[in-house]
Amino acid sequence: MTTSNYASERETDEGRVFTVTGGDWDTIVSGTDPINDERIVVNMGPQHPSTHGVLRLILELEGETVREARSVIGYLHTGIEKNLEYRNWVQGSTFVTRMDYLAPIFNETAYALAVEKLLGITDDITERATTIRVLMMELNRISSHLVWLATTGMELGAISIMLYGFREREYILDIFETITGLRMNHAYVRPGGVAQDVPDEAIVKIREFLKMMPKKLKEYEDLLSGQPIWTERTKNVAVLDVTGCVALGITGPVLRSAGLAWDLRKTMPYCGYETYEFDVPTHPDGDVWGRYQVRLAEIRESMKLVEQALDRLRPGPVMVADRKIAWPAQLAIGVDGMGNSLEHVAKIMGQSMESLIHHFKLVTEGFRVPPGQVYVAIEAPRGELGVHAVSDGGTRPYRVHYREPSFVNLQALPAMAEGGLIADVIAGGASLDPVMGGCDR
Amino acid sequence: MTSPTDKPNDGGVPLPVVPAGATSGAPAEYPPASPAGRGMFGNQGTGDVSGYGGLVRQRQPIEEASRPYGGYFDEVRDALEEAYPAFNDAIEKVVVDRGELTLHVRPERIAEVCQVMRDDLALRFELCSSVSGADYLGADERRLHVVYLLTSMTYRRRVRLEAAVSVEAPHLPSVTAIYPTADWQEREAYDMFGIVFDGHPNLTRILMPDDWEGHPQRKDYPLGGVPVEYKGAEIQPPNERRSYQ
Repeated sequence: MTTSNYASERETDEGRVFTVTGGDWDTIVSGTDPINDERIVVNMGPQHPSTHGVLRLILELEGETVREARSVIGYLHTGIEKNLEYRNWVQGSTFVTRMDYLAPIFNETAYALAVEKLLGITDDITERATTIRVLMMELNRISSHLVWLATTGMELGAISIMLYGFREREYILDIFETITGLRMNHAYVRPGGVAQDVPDEAIVKIREFLKMMPKKLKEYEDLLSGQPIWTERTKNVAVLDVTGCVALGITGPVLRSAGLAWDLRKTMPYCGYETYEFDVPTHPDGDVWGRYQVRLAEIRESMKLVEQALDRLRPGPVMVADRKIAWPAQLAIGVDGMGNSLEHVAKIMGQSMESLIHHFKLVTEGFRVPPGQVYVAIEAPRGELGVHAVSDGGTRPYRVHYREPSFVNLQALPAMAEGGLIADVIAGGASLDPVMGGCDR
Repeated sequence: MTSPTDKPNDGGVPLPVVPAGATSGAPAEYPPASPAGRGMFGNQGTGDVSGYGGLVRQRQPIEEASRPYGGYFDEVRDALEEAYPAFNDAIEKVVVDRGELTLHVRPERIAEVCQVMRDDLALRFELCSSVSGADYLGADERRLHVVYLLTSMTYRRRVRLEAAVSVEAPHLPSVTAIYPTADWQEREAYDMFGIVFDGHPNLTRILMPDDWEGHPQRKDYPLGGVPVEYKGAEIQPPNERRSYQ
């Protein structure tokens, strides 16, 4: 479609109407092509405020209706899987945490579980370490869902919810900072356990958070649920039923919003989730509204889980007893983040030569992992996060592949968008909650 | 173990012969020394400078499993054998390791096997969780492996299918018609390993730029990198650092 300087145009029920104000008629009619004029191609992204990072969508439009949608990804590809093959097994944690940057604890835990399964030490992980993992994962799930709420709200025109969602998420990141030393990219969950114990002040903060959060959730619901614009933009929008979800490999809240209560924490439990009490929220409609409801309910379930995990925390070690695997130092938070504790440095440098040798060997060389391959999947905020790890028996991963839910779920976008309105592409895409860092890896 | 070679490697450095006893005796599937694991100083042995380089590490080889496999694995095998007449021709090997069942499938049969795995009432692997590649350079003639992770939501089971193709003929049928979710994952395997899935509707690069040359996650594709300075010392790029086998 071209706009002419001579004729402004507008759509009516009868078709397109040109208002001619002089000039050459041929120039005006050349602007319209009766055969091909109906369709235009719009290139949305890679930089676009509502594509959750660098996602590019190519949309073929007929008026406001999307006829074809294609997504182009890879703009945030960082080669993490390749890089892992050149670092030792423990160093892997610092890489994988950067994949899906809204759910770093999940990336780390999936990786740690895979390495532990390869090592055959799954049963040796201490109870406290497992409980801390559950605690951290569920806090992370809340923060991830809060970002979803915030960004989706903003994309559909609700700016306040964006500010509120990020505000509460910051509280969780604060807790993470107290525990791990960093807001994001923690490298906290490591093969064999967790990097260090949870300090008491963090427990206090989490308790405060649990007290504050229900009120905030109520606030979000008051803001959005009864809001006619929010309802109009989400109900019956971007519908995907269970058949479609399973065929396209969609898991997580999107699948549950279509009515199937498939949650790996229940169906294929890990980290002792079978011993916790929580529900798997579902919704019958399979639309954006359903996904909103499911995610809000999941925040509540995660809070239940956090509370139970807190009650279960008993003093004890947070690393496996095997000194050939466990990181030699109890780490401590210094001014520049997490590092070896001063006592440990004093010991290896001043007192024990053997400790120094052991530290040096384990840190530079790393432990060996018996050859084999495993697949470990956990329920991340976006769905099944799977790690396929292969070892050749050396000190480095031979191959690690992440089955990233963002990557797989994004395939559903054409199925949701085609035939709908262009505005609903935004709602549908947002409801998938793709994180491009995870998608492109 | 690949036989030691005098041919210059990528860096033009002739590789030394592996000292006797320094080999690790790893099973064929898992190469003990990959080019990725080649460290500084052209070191090809164990990387152990303590004087105990002759130490042989015992590794448990991964072998074909024998019946009974335990758990649901026997049921899965029996159901597949019953529902799929060409079972003996299609399945090369069955491996049970670390509580996971792996069926090694002849590449040209992979789509048929997936079809049966999905549709048979006793199998019902409705969800294809993951498709990815792996490069077993130096350990397997058909070095490019495609790994499919199928999930049965009905029975809550998982099975891994593995198909191996060679670099010279990296072809196998696409499973996109059976599992539409394999679309992007097959594109990724093509992008990263150069595995060609015949019948895929749009087999183009997905993560790398369209005009990229080579397949980055193959083991003979260098990682690259530049040295960096840290506190006055120069640190080599990761692929040039010492590695230990």
